Amino acid sequence: MAEKSVKTKTKKTGKKFIPDIVAFACNWCSYAGADTAGVNRMQYSPNFRVIRTMCSGRVTPGFVLRALKLGADGVLVSGCHFGDCHYIFGNYKAVEQFEKTKKLVKTLGFDERRIRLEWVSAAEGNRWAEVIDEFVAQITELGPSPLNNNHKS
Amino acid sequence: MEMAVTELKKNKALLCLECGKCTAVCPISAYDREFSPRRMLAEGIFYGGGDLISDKRLWSCLTCLLCSERCPVDVRYSEYMKGVREIAQKQGNWGEPSHGSALLHIMEMMTAPKLNQNRTGWINGNIKTAEKSDVLFFTGCLPYYEDFFAKDFDFHPISIAVDTVRILNHLKIKPAVLPNERCCGHDLYWLGKIDEFNKLRELNLKEFERSEAKTIVTACAECAYTLKELYVKKLGLNSIEVKHISELVAENIDRFKFKDQNLKITYQDPCRLGRHLNIYDSPRDAMKAVPGMDLNEMPHNKRGSICCGTTNWMNCGASSSRIQKARLTEAKNTGADTLVTACPKCQIHFRCSQCGKGKDKEKTDIKLKDFTNIIASAIDG
Ligand code: SF4
Ligand code: SF4
Ligand code: SF4
Ligand code: FES
Repeated sequence: MAEKSVKTKTKKTGKKFIPDIVAFACNWCSYAGADTAGVNRMQYSPNFRVIRTMCSGRVTPGFVLRALKLGADGVLVSGCHFGDCHYIFGNYKAVEQFEKTKKLVKTLGFDERRIRLEWVSAAEGNRWAEVIDEFVAQITELGPSPLNNNHKS
Repeated sequence: MEMAVTELKKNKALLCLECGKCTAVCPISAYDREFSPRRMLAEGIFYGGGDLISDKRLWSCLTCLLCSERCPVDVRYSEYMKGVREIAQKQGNWGEPSHGSALLHIMEMMTAPKLNQNRTGWINGNIKTAEKSDVLFFTGCLPYYEDFFAKDFDFHPISIAVDTVRILNHLKIKPAVLPNERCCGHDLYWLGKIDEFNKLRELNLKEFERSEAKTIVTACAECAYTLKELYVKKLGLNSIEVKHISELVAENIDRFKFKDQNLKITYQDPCRLGRHLNIYDSPRDAMKAVPGMDLNEMPHNKRGSICCGTTNWMNCGASSSRIQKARLTEAKNTGADTLVTACPKCQIHFRCSQCGKGKDKEKTDIKLKDFTNIIASAIDG
């Protein structure tokens, strides 16, 4: 019983649904990548909040679940490309953790597309912008999370 | 002050003689010299709970009731802990949850009425369930434990659910399984999160009512305790009866035909099933009815049984690990080759303890099985 699709306009206010997205970015690549996007003054969706972690391998299921519990509509986990992790194998650990998270999130009844794992290097500002834009579009299509109390649908 | 008056009175804590018997038997105190139930009571009585509220050790108590077993004046220490936690938690104090809080987050997420879970994927073609039935199988958190632990610990918590339904099918029962059942709320209750517990209870009771079931069967000692005591008894419901699967098997033992098993086992009394619910004989009687099943008791058994070392996914640390190692060694020393438990969580914690490369690995190396696995695999046909 996955989520039912919800209209992206909230009934009460008639306002357009603007998703709340939490992005976990590793210090050494993805966070720097987001910085690069900023320094280059790229235009991309502003409706996400970055949380910097030392490595993507640190992002255990608890992190993602907590974000969803608090009402995030989508959660992005981003780290260095394979072979580039500052801690050598951290992003392999991230993959393992993410697989577990995905199973739990599915059992909880969320659409699994609400969570996403990506690799963005420090140089790839444009890729960061693309990833965010794509993810925002995806979540906008999915509508508000069933746990997001700010959007009464 | 608030605490001194209500919590202390409610749980007979004011009667405490400060004899220290509780600290002497407490499994946590055995390994953590700073943890003393006697002192925590004295703090509550004489100092209004001041330091206790912010003490990290407040969250270490397993609420296993072993101390109440010995207390000469019957202080309800576990309940006292729960009460103090309720106050502490409201003031922003919290323990150290294990597994990055993941499991506690899942429980709290289930309090959201709009959540529409996808939790029945384990029901396969070999077992029979029904849309509506007089009997409801309450799965508990098994689907989540499967997602979380199956890969790391090389066992399938969900096999407990599958085997329970197999046992029920053998008794010609096709149980209903709720697609959007919530966590029973056991852990949140004992951690003092009473508002969240009430939400879960309300949502579950609505589902129970809709299902029109008369009997609820569970394979988890904690669910059994929670549903029996905190749902049915506390609210005075007389329309539903709750049974742990071991009770159902023991009551209907004549209707089973078992294959010879040739197995040497020992049994871990889960504290919720044992000291909390006084169910000691059903699982034993049921297993003893299987031919070739040789049950060896551990020195600490029944009322004196020792907990698996962690409760509520909270404050799991060195003492937990040492309790587990000691308990597994005790089990192994009985000469049994399998340790049977009747609570999925006991097994998870024990398996966790067996991971890794400690030098005493051999001493704790014993197979672990759930009660339902043992019965289901002994069923003939
Ligand atoms: S309930 Fe168990 S863990 Fe808690 S103080 Fe008593 S014996 Fe110790
Ligand atoms: S055993 Fe009972 S009377 Fe003795 S110190 Fe503990 S709570 Fe107090
Ligand atoms: S003993 Fe239990 S609570 Fe502690 S880490 Fe292992 S599985 Fe988690
Ligand atoms: S430091 Fe970037 S993924 Fe490990």
